[in-house]
Amino acid sequence: MPLSVQQSRTWKHRGWVAFLVLPPIAFICLFVVYPILSAFGYAFYNWQGLARGEFVGLANFREVLFGPTMGPVVWNAFLHNVQALVALMIIQNGGGFLLAWLLYKEPFGFRFHRVAVFVPVVLSTIIVGFLWKLFLNPNFGIVNQALYSVGLDALAKPWLGDSATALPALILANAWHFIGFPTLVYLAGMQRIPSELIEAARLDGTSEWQLLKNIVWPLVAPSTTILFTLLFIGAFNWFEIPYVMAGLDGSPFGTTDVLGLVFYRTAFGNQSASIQNFGQGSALATLLFLFIVVFASLLTLWLRRREIQI
Amino acid sequence: MTSAAHSRTDHAQTNPREFSYAFLIQIVLILNSFIMLYPVVVMVLSAFKTTGEIFEHPFALPDFTQVQNFTRVLGETSMPTYFVNSILVTGASILLILVLGTMAAYAVARYESRTNTFVLLFFLAGLMLPLKLAIIPLFILLRDLHLLDSLWSLIVTYTAIGLPSCVFIMAGFLRTLPAELEDAARIDGASEPRIMWSVMLPLARPPLAIAAIQNAVPIWNDFFFPLVFIQSDANKTLPQGLTSFMGEYTTDWGMLFAGLTIAAAPITLLYIALSRQFIQGMTAGAVK
Repeated sequence: MPLSVQQSRTWKHRGWVAFLVLPPIAFICLFVVYPILSAFGYAFYNWQGLARGEFVGLANFREVLFGPTMGPVVWNAFLHNVQALVALMIIQNGGGFLLAWLLYKEPFGFRFHRVAVFVPVVLSTIIVGFLWKLFLNPNFGIVNQALYSVGLDALAKPWLGDSATALPALILANAWHFIGFPTLVYLAGMQRIPSELIEAARLDGTSEWQLLKNIVWPLVAPSTTILFTLLFIGAFNWFEIPYVMAGLDGSPFGTTDVLGLVFYRTAFGNQSASIQNFGQGSALATLLFLFIVVFASLLTLWLRRREIQI
Repeated sequence: MTSAAHSRTDHAQTNPREFSYAFLIQIVLILNSFIMLYPVVVMVLSAFKTTGEIFEHPFALPDFTQVQNFTRVLGETSMPTYFVNSILVTGASILLILVLGTMAAYAVARYESRTNTFVLLFFLAGLMLPLKLAIIPLFILLRDLHLLDSLWSLIVTYTAIGLPSCVFIMAGFLRTLPAELEDAARIDGASEPRIMWSVMLPLARPPLAIAAIQNAVPIWNDFFFPLVFIQSDANKTLPQGLTSFMGEYTTDWGMLFAGLTIAAAPITLLYIALSRQFIQGMTAGAVK
């Protein structure tokens, strides 16, 4: 960095720095800043297909939140996003924490287990969705086949066709896909804990549970902050798994409908109703964006406060 | 074996509770790895079976010489086209991300300027904003630029999404290089571009690899943007093409599993070969 002030003020030098900085900035302005700023504006207009109509103020927002057709659909989907968030927090992040703790002890074969747990993470969500859709097939899927082969015929069911099990099945498929991510992030966090701390606690005869609760969990708080914030953003952007496994309408009977699907249907239409409504779609995107930004920031602030500095 | 095992479990033998705890850990980890890997194994095994065999003997080992599902997927379907498109899109996006990201990062990290903070804040904002939610204006912008339904629509979108993280990874690294390196080259009369290209960047290969992997996996696997931007079959990428393929062969399960296996193979094999780099790259954003 140390260039003398005189040198750095020559025009040649300024031109070189501008050549380095301006193309990336221009690129982001055109393809990120401009679309995001326009997204807010679009929500205040009436749209006929791809053509912008008259200014309608907050009408699109009103329709999306409280309208007789859109309102119930949106709130129903929102509820499913919240359920997925809570379930994944426990299964995916909580399970990841426990797995990380087991790997942290470096038992026999931990290198293999560490690579294995991350295999589904590198797969495309589309592959994961289709794979589990085939496995959960009522007649020929391996889940029911396995139940039949051990005589548990009573437990076999059309997992994705049953309103009671469809959303949980989607959530479990998602947890299978991603649990390796929190596991390895937590593992990296645990490996940064000074080992003397854990040794000392062990010598004092601290029980495993006390050790986890009072020492490890507080000390991996920075990992928790990042993982829970990412999961929050991911849960409200949830789209691929429901799209592939349950279809664009969140079958059966909208019990797997999530905001991502509602947004896609509204903005880009579907087979049953191929109407594009960019106005309501933009209103939904704007609301979702504000919701995610506000709550993710609050969540981050709250989680940061509980982090302990050592 | 016995003597080594004996000395290792010596401590455990004095404490049977600890021994059974270690045993429990093994059970949990083995069970978990089984759950993680078995579905992938079933996918590959089923790809060698006929649909009838899959329905009759879902857990049996197949005849591995029976590869007609694979030859049909590669010969009869558009899967090879999707594959080439995915490689082109991922390759071009990564190249653009690394070039543009390194340019911005180099300026911020190596030259003092009052605007540096502003430039970094600008890219930080780009890192935070989910472009997915601005897909409607992006769709209209790409239509106006006549890029819709072309591979370029995906390349520019992925570059825009990946650029900020690359700037931060590269700037973080380039800042740590000692100034003496530059000064020595400057005294030798090297120009600034020459210093950047021949002195500094050859040292920056490790962070470039991390930035490349961090972006390549999500780009290779992305589905949402192609779903909205691409219509014609000739321009579909692998995840999107897979949905058309799965819709076309719904009842031919041998074909379905072969298609899934072929789509999953490249990234899985690459991951097994480079697991350390993959894990480091993909968790780079969450591990400080």
